[in-house]
Amino acid sequence: MQPLGLSIGVWVNALLTLCILSFLYKDNPFFRFAESLFAGMSLGYYIGIVTVQTLQPNLIQPLGETFFGNHNYLLLIPMALGIMLYFRYIPRISWLSRIALAVYIGYYVGVLMMQKIHGQVIPQTRDTIMPVTTGGIDALWNLVVIIGVFSVLVYFYFSVEHKGVVGKVSRVGIWFLMISFGASFGYTIMARISLLMGRFSFLVNNWIRPMFGI
Amino acid sequence: MRRTIPLVLTFMVGMYPIFAFFVPHASISGVNQWLDRALMIVAAFALPLGVVNLVGMNLSKIKQKRAGWPYAIVLLAGLVVMTYFGVIGVITRQHAGFHPTFQMLFDNMVSPLQATMFSLLAFYVASAAYRAFRARNVEATILLVAAIIVMLGRIPFGDMLTGGRMTPLSEWIMNRPNAAAQRGIIIGAALGAASMSIRVILGIERTYLGKSRD
Repeated sequence: MQPLGLSIGVWVNALLTLCILSFLYKDNPFFRFAESLFAGMSLGYYIGIVTVQTLQPNLIQPLGETFFGNHNYLLLIPMALGIMLYFRYIPRISWLSRIALAVYIGYYVGVLMMQKIHGQVIPQTRDTIMPVTTGGIDALWNLVVIIGVFSVLVYFYFSVEHKGVVGKVSRVGIWFLMISFGASFGYTIMARISLLMGRFSFLVNNWIRPMFGI
Repeated sequence: MRRTIPLVLTFMVGMYPIFAFFVPHASISGVNQWLDRALMIVAAFALPLGVVNLVGMNLSKIKQKRAGWPYAIVLLAGLVVMTYFGVIGVITRQHAGFHPTFQMLFDNMVSPLQATMFSLLAFYVASAAYRAFRARNVEATILLVAAIIVMLGRIPFGDMLTGGRMTPLSEWIMNRPNAAAQRGIIIGAALGAASMSIRVILGIERTYLGKSRD
């Protein structure tokens, strides 16, 4: 016999799973109920995560424990900027919300630029420059990667009309992209089927079998 | 004035992380780290903006008794309950981190709802795949073949059919042509994001400030 708390949890879990799966028959009130519940609870979960993992350690706790120590009072500045975001609901001073938005957007685009250049463009380009004259099968596969990266970049280069040589190279780029999209699609399908198997495994092993004692 | 101040702020704050990257002095990187933490707080304050809109939309739906209004009640109930248990630990300071009920609600409601919702796609993806993968031209055929190889490479049945050749072939597709195309996409997207960052910092791109001219 399962503990009561656990069995209630399992029952709720199983019934909500069946509510969602009922959509396979057709759109129905059980599915709509579970869908709405999921949307509301997901947002509530995110609010909880942000409160506990961001606001508590970075704002509430430092301000509550030592206001003047460690220059924690400076945290009032981001707090004020955060509150300023809500000025958009007061038409007379709504423009002030732009200041908070400007600081937020400005900082993150600055960070983003450095992250993209130094974290993606340079490392990915460096990893593409691989030996192709060493002989053996690895050199051939390195060549495949180099041709793939180059042709995909040519495909995304829209400043030149895709005609002649550029058109042919970009066509090769499309083939590489198609392989990648196909692989991603196949990978996604298998991931979703794994999730489905997980749900059925739960229904059979954690709900139906204990219910009938088998 | 009301647009100039935000634009100047965007420029100054946006240039700081770039400046800090090239001048790795302790005092400069210290300010950068503080900005990182501060902007995280501003982002946390931005979350309720979306919540306010969602709650307002659903409350008006309930008030006007529009189609599907009972589901708006379910959504709001889910949001309120999850938010309550998410923030109550922080407010009462009785629990370090999350309230136990918050975790219980996540494990037995949010998590299974999410997994089932995503697993539902496994059924619909079959019909979508039929429409998308019909081998009408070279590109669609390449997509179809890559997807089938990757799917068969993820299950023992694929190796059983081909005498163990499907897994290595699937790995080759993932590691060579797929990696090449993904690398091309990453480099192209990163260059695009970096150029967009420059446009925002220099005040060429201003859509984030809204449409009004005041």
